[in-house]
Amino acid sequence: MSAKGKLKLYLGYAAGVGKTYRMLDEAQELRQKGVDIAIGYFEPHGRKETIAKTEGLEVVPRRVLTYNGSQFEEMDTDAVIRRKPVVAVVDEFAHTNVPGAERGKRWQDVYAILAAGIDVLTTMNVQHLESLNDQVFHATGIRVRETVPDWVVDEADELVFVDLTPRALRNRLERGVVYSQEKARRAMENFFTESNLTALREMALRHTAHEVEEKLDAEDAAAAVLAESPGEPAAGAQTPRRRERILLCLTGRPSSAILIRRGKRVADYIHADCLAVHVGDPSHDGEAVERHMSFARNLRIDTHVIEGGDVPGAIANFARTHGVTQIFMGRSAPLPWWKRYRETIVQQLVRQARDMQITIVAERRK
Amino acid sequence: MPSVDSCRPNPEELLRKVQADERRESRGRLKVFLGYASRVGKSFRMFDEGRRRKERGQDVVVAALQSGVPPEIQEILKHVEVIPAIPTKHAGRDYFVMDMSAIFRRHPQVCLIDGLAYDNPPGSRNPHRWQDVSELLDRGIAVITAVNLQYIAEQQDAVERITGKRAANSIPAAFLQEADEIEVVDAPPDALIDRTGSNAKIDSRRLAELRELALLLAADVVDCQLQEYLDAHGVAARWGAQERILVCLTPRSNAADMLRSGQRNKLRFHGALLAAYVEQPGLPPRDRELLDRNLALAREMGAEVHCLKGTDFVDAILAFAHEQRITQLFMGHTGRPGHSWPARSPIDRLIDGAEGFDVRLFPHGGGS
Repeated sequence: MSAKGKLKLYLGYAAGVGKTYRMLDEAQELRQKGVDIAIGYFEPHGRKETIAKTEGLEVVPRRVLTYNGSQFEEMDTDAVIRRKPVVAVVDEFAHTNVPGAERGKRWQDVYAILAAGIDVLTTMNVQHLESLNDQVFHATGIRVRETVPDWVVDEADELVFVDLTPRALRNRLERGVVYSQEKARRAMENFFTESNLTALREMALRHTAHEVEEKLDAEDAAAAVLAESPGEPAAGAQTPRRRERILLCLTGRPSSAILIRRGKRVADYIHADCLAVHVGDPSHDGEAVERHMSFARNLRIDTHVIEGGDVPGAIANFARTHGVTQIFMGRSAPLPWWKRYRETIVQQLVRQARDMQITIVAERRK
Repeated sequence: MPSVDSCRPNPEELLRKVQADERRESRGRLKVFLGYASRVGKSFRMFDEGRRRKERGQDVVVAALQSGVPPEIQEILKHVEVIPAIPTKHAGRDYFVMDMSAIFRRHPQVCLIDGLAYDNPPGSRNPHRWQDVSELLDRGIAVITAVNLQYIAEQQDAVERITGKRAANSIPAAFLQEADEIEVVDAPPDALIDRTGSNAKIDSRRLAELRELALLLAADVVDCQLQEYLDAHGVAARWGAQERILVCLTPRSNAADMLRSGQRNKLRFHGALLAAYVEQPGLPPRDRELLDRNLALAREMGAEVHCLKGTDFVDAILAFAHEQRITQLFMGHTGRPGHSWPARSPIDRLIDGAEGFDVRLFPHGGGS
């Protein structure tokens, strides 16, 4: 079994900024150095300059899948692994495979290729990051459907930010470099507005900076472990700060998805543990709760279910026994007017978990 | 330390903006390629853009080159006209001064200028090259230029902390802020260092730190541009990419806890920290004293402090939070029911009105 391959991701903020071009540029450089490299998947989008960049690179043929009577082409992951180049080029990391493919997502195919000991170069736009989904919706009004869990991107060995100014990108669109003229015109009126592009670009810059910082922190942590002499604490070492633990209170309400993404994002940034709990009756709660729990697990959040009717009591109790420092919850559903004398769950929790910080996550609307 | 006491709106700021807009109308466009170290390829990107513009029919001229032009740039220079900088010696030092009169006579559409941070010798038209660039822009000539992070004046302390070195010449960040476009030239540090050197590990770390600085600087510039764009087009403030934390101060709130958490989130998210209090007439002296102490603490911790006016605490805070594109609002609570039907508690009203931002409730003192 060979060691896991290295993942290098070219991150952009919109179609047409030049991610694929940069990736192929690197592929050509590697080929010239004599590295065994093959294209596992490449999406030409009819862009001449980019297509020219694939010249001389070996392409592993795609496989054809039939779904609902139509034919779709996907990367032939098994064939790439059998071919076993040193480096594989795989475009569009966030792509969702057609049903019937072995894996649901292209990033899962990429992870299979990495597991076979092959390095991978890939491309992605920042709006596909799961934790930014609501922020992207809020800033642009567009709900991105194809998302990639953050940990998948965190594990990339290298991240390269591919920049182009929004003005230059819009010029490219106008010249018909990115899409056909008609499609470009529509794109510029909708998604590719100057303010949308600027907001997405800022997110991509901040995310790349964050990933760079995370890598530095990880190095520091590793160095600290090595430097520590076993048994005795280092002289003058301060007692480590109590690690923050964030608890997400999940329900079946749609806002729980926003709560999960937001809570996880905050936890990642402040290096806190993140766990999720649902209080209720599993046999009654139905599918929505299960969907949220499984969404949380996909983002590598520990999930727990407590049976019972006293929601605030159970949450406060769980939080205390699990060393939670912050509770995240959605807004309570508004009570009908004849019940307004009652306390909402937020109010009850504020009262019962007096020693804890409670964050009420707002719904993010455009 | 940014510590501003302001009651909005600020007419001077608005006026300055209008004047800047007017000036920009007739000005040439400035585009800057920003890199975090030498060898990331900013010069190449700049010349490559010049080449492409020339191919599209624009009148492009190179007005300054750096010494030791690499072959891939030499290739481009074969196709673009160069107005050579004038070599000058002064007090034993070599200078290259842009030939301003030749450029004005030639008056191209676009000037490519490498080495934006160069200084001119004493007695020159301008002490610094970036001032020459400013003049070209004033005359309606567009400029494309490239600069390394270490020359941005406001970044030089941070750069020195990382590298132990400080560049002698610098460019004010305001010059960068005024650029119409700023493009980041990014590359992973590993591509830039000599793997065989014994300092590879240290170099790689330093470069990663510089890289983060450059990305954040660009993000801040982009954030300003977005805000200007939204203001100019009358679009209401929106929840942007930057985390903006607002700590609501009252006499009895646990300000120290809230500010500490706020400061930490500001650092982790590279966001902004604001603190606000609502002016209340007839505050008892004891409460006034507590509030003043909290405000002093907020300033000490680098928060931007704002005093709000308004008859209703919640309305004032909500309006301010929306105007300031706040993403996280910190507020103290007593944990007492304090709820008397039919009136709703301030915290409930705040949560209900928190459109687009999170509300984090901190227990009043005595807690953790």
